[in-house]
Amino acid sequence: MRIPLILAMKEFRDGLRNRWIAAAILLLTGLTLTVAFLGSAPVGTTGGTGLGITVASLSSLSVYLVPLIALMLSYDAIVGEAESGTLLLLLSYPVSRWQLIAGKFLGHLAILSMAIIIGYGAAAAAVATFTGATANDYAALLALIGSSILLGAVFLMLGYLMSAIASEQATAAGMAIGLWLTLVLLYDLVLLGILMVDASHVIGERTFAGLLILNPADAFRVFNLTQFDSVSVVAGLAGPGMTSAPSPYLALCAMAAWAVSAGLLVCLRFGRNDP
Amino acid sequence: MAADRRMIVTPENVHTSPFAHQSNGLRIRLEHLSKHYDRQTVIKDVSLEIQPGECVALLGPNGAGKTTLFKLMLGLIRPSSGSVEIDGLDPASHAFGKVRTNIGFLPENVSFHDAMTGTEMLVFYARLKGVPITDCAPLLDQVGLTDAASRRVRTYSKGMRQRLGLAQAILGSPRLLILDEPTTGLDPELRRQFFDILRSFSEAGITIIISSHALTELEARADRYAIVHSGNLAAYGTLCELQNETGLPVHIRLTLARDQVQKIIRLFGESCTVTPAGAGRIDLACPEDQKIQLIREIMECGIAIQDIDVNSCRLDDIYTHYASGEDTR
Repeated sequence: MRIPLILAMKEFRDGLRNRWIAAAILLLTGLTLTVAFLGSAPVGTTGGTGLGITVASLSSLSVYLVPLIALMLSYDAIVGEAESGTLLLLLSYPVSRWQLIAGKFLGHLAILSMAIIIGYGAAAAAVATFTGATANDYAALLALIGSSILLGAVFLMLGYLMSAIASEQATAAGMAIGLWLTLVLLYDLVLLGILMVDASHVIGERTFAGLLILNPADAFRVFNLTQFDSVSVVAGLAGPGMTSAPSPYLALCAMAAWAVSAGLLVCLRFGRNDP
Repeated sequence: MAADRRMIVTPENVHTSPFAHQSNGLRIRLEHLSKHYDRQTVIKDVSLEIQPGECVALLGPNGAGKTTLFKLMLGLIRPSSGSVEIDGLDPASHAFGKVRTNIGFLPENVSFHDAMTGTEMLVFYARLKGVPITDCAPLLDQVGLTDAASRRVRTYSKGMRQRLGLAQAILGSPRLLILDEPTTGLDPELRRQFFDILRSFSEAGITIIISSHALTELEARADRYAIVHSGNLAAYGTLCELQNETGLPVHIRLTLARDQVQKIIRLFGESCTVTPAGAGRIDLACPEDQKIQLIREIMECGIAIQDIDVNSCRLDDIYTHYASGEDTR
């Protein structure tokens, strides 16, 4: 565990130095504050408190932003070092490939977590001060932060996978963008299309819920929008449309499964690479 | 002061063990080693053994497979067939991890994470190798980077990067140094210092493999020379072994009174190739095994010889002989 920690510390320091952390925190805080104060304008009609609404808005924001930040951190982790020649030297050291991945992962996850905690924490503190919040809201906020970090972990690993497969940095970047579009945008559109076409309910609600959970981004949505009443009220998911919504814990497990299997794939693929 | 600093990079047992040459370095054995990518064969059936403490120069044109050989020795890629053994272990195996601490590697065109300073970079590598961080400052001093230690590596010149690369390679107490084109970008003075450092490691019985294009600077610095040509090991041996194998002539240069030159040509023109080199100098070329006999005859022929210079091992000629493909097997 010593080697991954050394590598993680280096990644984290790099993140601090090249303003990666600062940029991510600024982005998340700025956007969440915007969402929080714009989102709390129509308070009173939905039955949620200020923070409840904010958490619902933030979870929608997270689905887009967290995977994006994670992929930007991770897409060149391997191919970038291979291209610059630093990978060759690093692997001649007593550093195995899984330790290298573990180290980068820990470092990047620390960067991402810091940005999420500070960004969302700041916005939530501001909203709670102005509009008040219940204990339930705070629990929802904690769950949002925790699941956002898990979502980040999934996309970090997916980014490393792209980075291990691609032979050039530009290719890895392209693959990462494609992955983001597919999982965050296109998948939902396709599901929506299926729902609209499938008027006779050939696909049962259960199958649909399963399809939803198969995508880590949607699993994240499901977890955050169904877990707490105050959130699901404002998100409109508690209505009759989602009578068999997947269990939030199943959604969490699906995300964890994504992270672990992506991590295993990275190690397998990277093990076959020529530095 | 300089002596104190030298001690830090010189392994401790230099003066203590008379058998350092046998005991300290790692042994390397390549057996019928081949590596091919898709259809291209990069290494073809290379077998060679490097004894502990030997300094071996790996010579060959660009693309001959030198770097691939290094990657195979470091276990960074797996052979397509044949085997690599370092200290009896397969370098691509898990068990090799602990041996890596004892290997110093300087890649060709070494590159670092540009945002870090020289000190941070070296400390990072020291941590990975489990070397005390207090070793770093003296090492930076040894390679002449003290003044630049707190500057970002981005601002370093080619030579400075190369020196930082050398510093990380000799971190800790390596038992094997693998240096891929280590002197590129170094000016003559730095080259000299570099070879001084290298000699101190060689004397300590550390196995050294060094690849280079600059043949003249490696001449007489390595124990053995391996010449690689398009993936083949074209030749492997000491300079004199290679010389005998090639059958290339020994050059004997005489300096004598100008009016004696014709006399020498008359006397030796039949038994060997004689080329006047002007200003009372004359070159005689003869096969290696007739060298001693020829020198004796010159000394006994009654002509006053002012100077005699025997150039028996010309790495340049040997290299050209093999690398031009005349003798590829």
